[in-house]
Amino acid sequence: MYNFEFVKPSSIDEAVAALGEDEAQALGGGQTLIPTLKQRLARPARLVSLSGIAEMKGVGAEGGVLTIGGGTSHATVAAEAAGSYPALAALAGNIGDPAVRNRGTIGGSLANNDPSACYPAAALGSGATIVTNAREIAADDFFKGMFTTALEEGEIITAVRFPVPQAANYQKFEQPASRFALVGVFVARGGDGVRVAVTGASEEGVFRWSEAEAALASDFSTGAIEGLSVPADGMIADLHGSKAYRAHLVGVLTRRAVSAAS
Amino acid sequence: MIEAVKSRSRKRLITLTVNGEEHEIAIRPNAMLVDVVRDQIGLTGTKSGCSSGSCGACTLLIDGRPMLACSTLAVECDGKAIRTVEDLADGERLSPIQEAFLDQGAVQCGFCTPGMLMSVTALIASNPKPSHQEIKKALEGNLCRCTGYNAIFNAVLQATGQDGIKPIMF
Repeated sequence: MYNFEFVKPSSIDEAVAALGEDEAQALGGGQTLIPTLKQRLARPARLVSLSGIAEMKGVGAEGGVLTIGGGTSHATVAAEAAGSYPALAALAGNIGDPAVRNRGTIGGSLANNDPSACYPAAALGSGATIVTNAREIAADDFFKGMFTTALEEGEIITAVRFPVPQAANYQKFEQPASRFALVGVFVARGGDGVRVAVTGASEEGVFRWSEAEAALASDFSTGAIEGLSVPADGMIADLHGSKAYRAHLVGVLTRRAVSAAS
Repeated sequence: MIEAVKSRSRKRLITLTVNGEEHEIAIRPNAMLVDVVRDQIGLTGTKSGCSSGSCGACTLLIDGRPMLACSTLAVECDGKAIRTVEDLADGERLSPIQEAFLDQGAVQCGFCTPGMLMSVTALIASNPKPSHQEIKKALEGNLCRCTGYNAIFNAVLQATGQDGIKPIMF
């Protein structure tokens, strides 16, 4: 790993200032970034650790909205959101392994937008709001394709707000070696209808399956989506599964999620 | 440019409490915790396996929680308490978890063992009677390439005083 300057600010304002320098890179839990740096795939001049910022940590529920600090670990979400948003807590509790969950953060995961990560499905499927140091971004406007988001250079995810739905469930078909989602589907039924968000499948990263959403809005049952399928075109193909296989899994996992949430 | 590189690689002092003992250590910002623990503090029980966050061999406890020392910057651990496999035994007396690993033949080459022991130590500290599913989940990040999982699983059952140990044919 190349060397770098390391700073660990204790407030969001200090972190934003520290990220204003050329070639500065924010560091969340480092569970993706550190291996990336070790492979010399990136060479930031300065790492700005977000782990010392107390105002970016914690889980709070108020008025049907769950707010999670951007620097909150997966393990903390799994434990502290279990009462207020069980589907989200279960998702967080199945990311990676215990060591990854103890360091990895929700802000880091969303900012990275790995096409097979779990949190993007939860944020898009819940209709969450991504709160940064500068603005609020609806999840529908946040994910811009594989490893790409609406975040500007130096912008930090300080919190994520999840409207807690009436019912929700996440089904993950795990790639057993990496424990990322080969395909994952998050289904949420709330006052505004039904949202179905799919991760792991598309070359464009997480997406909403609008056809299934429309069918489920009038009839929230597995029967309503029995005949629906997503086109294999644009799906990821790798040694773990073909495009057609992933497209098939989207249907299967959506039905399982609906069944579990019904 | 040369000045910038020099200042970037300048060492800084951090304080780590390792197995109850405080160490003040000079490190560069890019030093990994696993290398500092092994090479600077001299505790080589923690192993460096894949060095990319996949195998779990380097698992140790930071403030009581299992984490990967190969994917954690030492500088991030300034002021924190680290616990390694060397701290499990009391002198010559092994911990119940270590005894159980011996009894069940849960060690072959031994490279994954320190990480396994630390993951199990963290599990039992918060959950003295884990279910079979909870044991598997606690160890999902620790890989054993000698295919010793059944013996390791049995060892956790023994260490937690539970039934269900299945004999293994060697």
